[in-house]
Parts: sequence; C-alpha cells; structure tokens
Amino acid sequence: MTRYFKQAGYALGLPVILLTGWWVASAGSTNPFWPPLSTILEAFPTTWTMDRIVGDVLPSLARLGIGFGIAVVLGIVLGTAIGLSPTLRALSEPVLEFFRAVPPPVLVPIIALFAGYTGWLGKIITIALGCLWPILLNTVEGVRGLDPTLTDTAKSYRLSPWRRLVFVILPGASPRIFTGARQSLSIGVILMVISELFGANRGLGAAIVQFQRTFAIPQMWTGVILLGVIGVLLAMLFRLAENRMLAWYVGQRQIERGA
Amino acid sequence: MSPSSATLTPSSRPRTATRSRRPRRSRDLWLGVTGVLIVLAGAETLSRTGIVNPDFLPPVTEMYASLFEMLGEGWFWEALWLTVRGWAIGLAAAMALGIVVGFVIGSSAFLRKFTNSTIEFLRPIPSVALIPLVILIFGTQPQSAFVLVVYAAFWQVLVQVLYGVADVDPVARDTARSYHFGPIRIARSVVYPTALPYIMTAFRLGAAVALILEITAELVIGVDGLGRELGVAQSSGAVPETYALVIVIGFIGVAVNLLVRLIERKALWWHPSVRSEQS
Repeated sequence: MTRYFKQAGYALGLPVILLTGWWVASAGSTNPFWPPLSTILEAFPTTWTMDRIVGDVLPSLARLGIGFGIAVVLGIVLGTAIGLSPTLRALSEPVLEFFRAVPPPVLVPIIALFAGYTGWLGKIITIALGCLWPILLNTVEGVRGLDPTLTDTAKSYRLSPWRRLVFVILPGASPRIFTGARQSLSIGVILMVISELFGANRGLGAAIVQFQRTFAIPQMWTGVILLGVIGVLLAMLFRLAENRMLAWYVGQRQIERGA
Repeated sequence: MSPSSATLTPSSRPRTATRSRRPRRSRDLWLGVTGVLIVLAGAETLSRTGIVNPDFLPPVTEMYASLFEMLGEGWFWEALWLTVRGWAIGLAAAMALGIVVGFVIGSSAFLRKFTNSTIEFLRPIPSVALIPLVILIFGTQPQSAFVLVVYAAFWQVLVQVLYGVADVDPVARDTARSYHFGPIRIARSVVYPTALPYIMTAFRLGAAVALILEITAELVIGVDGLGRELGVAQSSGAVPETYALVIVIGFIGVAVNLLVRLIERKALWWHPSVRSEQS
C-alpha cells in the first residue's frame, strides 16, 4: 500500500509544485498575455463544448491518425528493405538524404499546388511525409545495428529469409522502430497544427490561432493546454502499445537491472 | 575484413581495412549518383511531357535556373545567413541544456522518478502551440523563432540522452562501482560511451527539428529568413522560385546531416553500426 502512495507521490509531486507556483504567481496578474490560471480554467468548459470537439478536435486527430499510420507502414517496409541491402542503401541514400532534410512545412505550398489545401488530402500527405523519415531512418539503423551473432546464427541455422525477417530482423530492430515512431508522433502533432494554419478555418490549430488573432487570450491558453493534454494522452497511448509489443525487451532490461 | 584479420596486430589492421574499402566506396558513390540522376531525370520527364501539369511541377532545369539566378542576389544571402544563424544558436542552446539536464536527471534514480511525469507532460506539448504566444510577445523578431526552436529541440535531446543514460549495461555499471569508480569517472568511462550514440541521434534529430521550427517560424510568423522568402514567392505565384527555395532549404538540411554523420563516424568508430560498413 505504501508503495502505491510513494509512486503517486513521485508522479504528482513536481506537477503539483509547478501548478501551485503558476496559480500563485499569476493570481493577481493584470498582464493581458498572462491571465490568472483561475480565469483560464473558468474559460475551459465554455470554450471546448461538444460542438467544438466534434467539429475541430476529432477531425484533427483523425487526420493525424491516418497520416501517422501511413508513415509507420511505409517507414518499416522501406526501412527494412534499405537496411538489409547495402546496394539499395547506396542507391537511395543521397535521394533520401535530401528529402529527409527538407523540413515538412516547406512542402505545404507545394502539396497545396497538387492536392489543394482546403480538404483532408493535403493535410494528411503533409503529416505522413513528415512522420515518415524518423521511422524510416530508425528502422534502417535498427536493422543495421542488429547483433551480428544473431544474424549469423539465424543464417547458419538456415532460417528462410521470411522467417529471418519475422523472427530475427523485425524484433531485433523493433526497439529502434518504436523510438522512431515516438519521434514521428511528436512531429506529426506539430504538422497537424501547422497544416491547419494554412487555408483552414476548422481544426484544433486553426481554432487556437483564431483565438490569438481575436485577442481572446484566456481561450487561447485553454487551446494551448488542450493541445498539451492531447499530446500527453497520445504519448500514454503510445507507451501502452510499446509496453505490450516490446514486452520482451522491457522485461529483459528489467531483469538485467535486477528490478 | 576477413575473420582472420581480427588477430592481426593493430598497426597492420588499418591498411587492410582501407584497401578492401576503397572499391566499395567508389561503387557506393556511383550508385548514389545514379539514384539522384534517376530522380532528376524522372521529374524532368514528368514535367516536359505534361504527365504532371508543368504549372505545378516546373522542369527541374527551370528550378535550377531560378536557383542560380537567386545566388547572385543580395537578399538571398541575407536570408540564408539569418536562417542558418537562428537555427545554429537555437540548436546549440537546446543541445547544451538537454545534455546537462539529461545527465543530471538520468544519473539519479530519485530525480528520474520525480521529474518523469512532468517531462512526459511537457515534452508532448507541440512547440507550435506556442506560436500564438510568441507572436503576442515577440512579434516577428528573431526571438520568436528562438523560443520555438529551443523548446522543440530541447525535448528531443533530453529524451534521447535519458534513453542513453538508462541504456547503460547494469553489469558494467556495477563493475565500475565495485572498483570504486567515482561518479565523474563512471559518467566519463561507462555512461558517456553508452550514451554517445544516443547523443548523436539527439543531435541529428534535434538539428532536423530545429530547422523545421526555424523555417516554420519564418513561414508562419514572418520572422526574416528563407522561410519568409518562400512564403512571399509562393503567394506571388512564382512557382520555379518556390521550388528553388525549397531545394536550397533542403540543401541546408543535407549539409547539416553530412556534418553530423562525419562527427558521428569519428566519434563512434567502435560501434557495430559503423564498423559493419567497413567490414
């Protein structure tokens, strides 16, 4: 029982200190940019009504989910192929190097030319393209960094290429793939917001900028907080998936640590 | 390298390695050039034959003509300098902060537990959520971009460094402890080599994210730099110039990555992922 209290204490200690600090420091604030925390919290339920959640928040999240999903599938498939073949790696490296180096927001004007930017397509392409590179890169690194003993053992046991892929290569690379996917998710959230700053009037990012332009500062702050909360929830969801799918890796680490 | 070369004396080993590596290097180079040519020729063909509307995708030759035209103009170099400067300062600040904070938090079990929930909460807050805030406070000044860049890159670096410090082989750490290594010596000879690949990854990812945010700040907020020029070119319908600026921004990113890779290769020559390329 005390263990749970201890854990809760660790988890809540610093946030409580920081929030209390914010509350106290902003309590009597008359600076229009830094309204008191109490004012922000009061504005929250009236700002994010059911109507707004269905009309702005959910479509944003759906676009993020679709784009991220496309990036994960493409990234793992391409990354494994490139990581396994030195020839393919040499052939594609300069090209990938270039496309990876182009910051995704820069593609917005170009994607807008092709797909238009008022609908979902342009935004989803932006998110998918931006999320692709960290996953692709990490998959390549994960496949390259495999323990040579493992791959050699698999070879000398004459495992078929398919079995080697499913039982040795992908599991071996999966910790790196998850690291990449985690990076991608945060880039995806960034792009979800940015894609709505161009030519969209609905969506979470569009709503927050709308508040800023109309100087509805407490409402803007609620948007920033909501974005943060969404980010945290997504990270928790990701952690859950990671712990489930990388159970062997997490367990192995814990045993090694003697925890 | 053949398996037997592992038993060679250290003095003769590098010579064997360079001899077997040279043909492969030049082959890789040619393959890379081929890959680039295929893409360039493909894009040129798509545009010239009208398979893709040339209004959307001008021929590659036109993009580069526009690019070379820009190279002769003062505003271009001014914008390039502002972008690179903003990116470099922001990234340097984020790296320094991230590594120091990461080592301090990572080396103490108490601090790790104590800060975990806060880091997990603050990290996923997308830096772009701060855009409205920095517009209100700094407007189009370079500080707007600086805040966004540092905020975005810092978490990338911190999380990687924390991963790296946590990845230390417990046996190695316990061995060091039983040999009565002090905390600084443990940090230098046990934690640092383990964390180094992660720090390199952090540098690479941080550099990319920093460039994204620097360009975003210029494009969206209007901070001076290449991003703003891109926004101007796009809204005035100068399509080849838009592509040319995208290419330039891409090349900045490529230059950065090459630099990172060079440093990585120098610093991680002992790591399996680098060594297997040379075998």
